[in-house]
Amino acid sequence: MSITLKDVEHVAKLARLELTEQEKEQFTGQLNAILKYAEKLNQLDTEGIEPTSHVLPVTNVMREDENRESVSNETALKNAPDEEDGQFKVPAVLE
Amino acid sequence: MFEANKYETVVGLEVHVELHTKSKIFCGCSTSFGAPPNTHTCPICLGHPGVLPVLNKQAVEYAMKAAMALNCTVADVSKFDRKNYFYPDSPKAYQISQYDQPIGENGYIDIEVNGQTKRIGITRLHLEEDAGKLSHVDGGYASLVDFNRVGTPLVEIVSEPDIRTPEEAKAYLEKLRAIMLYCDVSDVKMEEGSMRCDANISLRPYGQEKFGIRAELKNMNSFRGVVRGLEYEQMRQADILDGGGVVVQETRRFDDTQGKTFSMRGKEEAHDYRYFPDPDLVVMHIDAEWKERVRASIPELPGARKARYTSDYGLPAYDAEVITTSKKLADFFEESLQYTKDAKQVSNWIMGELLGYLNANNLELDDVKITGQGLGEMIGLLEKGTINGKIAKTVFKSMLESGKLPQQIVEEQGLVQISDEGAVKAIVDEIVGANPQSVADFKAGKDKAIGFLVGQVMKASKGKANPALANKLLLERLSQ
Repeated sequence: MSITLKDVEHVAKLARLELTEQEKEQFTGQLNAILKYAEKLNQLDTEGIEPTSHVLPVTNVMREDENRESVSNETALKNAPDEEDGQFKVPAVLE
Repeated sequence: MFEANKYETVVGLEVHVELHTKSKIFCGCSTSFGAPPNTHTCPICLGHPGVLPVLNKQAVEYAMKAAMALNCTVADVSKFDRKNYFYPDSPKAYQISQYDQPIGENGYIDIEVNGQTKRIGITRLHLEEDAGKLSHVDGGYASLVDFNRVGTPLVEIVSEPDIRTPEEAKAYLEKLRAIMLYCDVSDVKMEEGSMRCDANISLRPYGQEKFGIRAELKNMNSFRGVVRGLEYEQMRQADILDGGGVVVQETRRFDDTQGKTFSMRGKEEAHDYRYFPDPDLVVMHIDAEWKERVRASIPELPGARKARYTSDYGLPAYDAEVITTSKKLADFFEESLQYTKDAKQVSNWIMGELLGYLNANNLELDDVKITGQGLGEMIGLLEKGTINGKIAKTVFKSMLESGKLPQQIVEEQGLVQISDEGAVKAIVDEIVGANPQSVADFKAGKDKAIGFLVGQVMKASKGKANPALANKLLLERLSQ
């Protein structure tokens, strides 16, 4: 499987990244090199092996339904670029 | 113009139900509704770097319970995946959801429309986290974000495209709501957003196998809104097809005030969520013992109760349907029956006086103080003749407000029916003496006059005279 310039543009758009033409070319090459390296894994025989979704041999890690203290409104908004009435203020995204 | 014999409507519903856990699905913040903005948040639900979500066991059990009640097969192995998208209501830029191993699959519920039972398939039920709440300010140029709701556990329930009319969609939602209430996993209030519904709707020429092109409807905030949105969309798509056009596959927003749907242009860009397993959350193994324990906590569901009410208590199907729509109402009905044997009488009072009062005042059963025991005992007093029908209405009203038992109300307010012959006779004598014209009318053959005279006796006794006795004594007196 190889990555085309179009794939790079698509992924960049989904990640909200603005790339120059030169960067698009550059990343197409780099991504292909990375995938090619990873392709070595295809040499392994994985016949009859269950897909792994998690590498840790643990299951069912859960907590009881108990409340813990939340942070204050001031703390929550500390890193907000802008705020109003105790809320995060962001540019409107029209839907 | 939509004509049912020309086009067949095909609808599938996606319903989100908020689970009423105390804490959020991946952190300990409160899920309570109506707190000041951004006061129920922490680094985990705000999506700060380096934090780890830990799954709320109760949310999993509620989801399992809901899945079982919807006749789904519950997975042995289930996991969480990240659904990636940018939107300001999601602080992490992904939603933790379930992709290919949902909690439940292949279920169904039976609905009733026009006296016919129909089975609607349920494709899947999965667990996920809710997003934050946006409100638009500055003339639409900015949005304010409240993250209190972020991380509230939700189940998404996806139906098969088995629904054929807006009425069936409504019946499906009502049944779903009743089942969730019986299972006690959610408040399921569409008005408060704890139950939300999106619909996929398409039309196809009658008799055609292949589905037409569908539109996805959003923002229908009530059962009535769903019906109106689907009705409008049926009409819109039929007009397009009638004119030889092609329906555009798109997301449309229902505007409740205009009763119309509008294209949501921003959504035209095809979604590419790039799901992948969430590395922060480990796999769930749901063994038989756990499933059995959860299954045992599911109460008798509305369908089964309805069947029992018609067969065991001889209730008409309509009464049984109305009473079992709400678990609390059905429990109230059953509590009453511990104090009287007359199920139909209990049903009459529930469907008439009780629901009439609740609907007229826009109240729920929890808002009034009457108990099932109160109603049952009141019917007992009616049967014994301690009170008559007129007094019963007074007692009933008093029970709604005070929650006192009928015996106490009757004693405190001196409402006991007067069945003592001597006492009623004294009133009869008085009324006969005071109304010579009516007496003359009666004797002249005007039978109607007796009704007036009985009414006067009841009035003089402040409604407490035994009406049958008053009638009998009057007739005796007038035939002398």
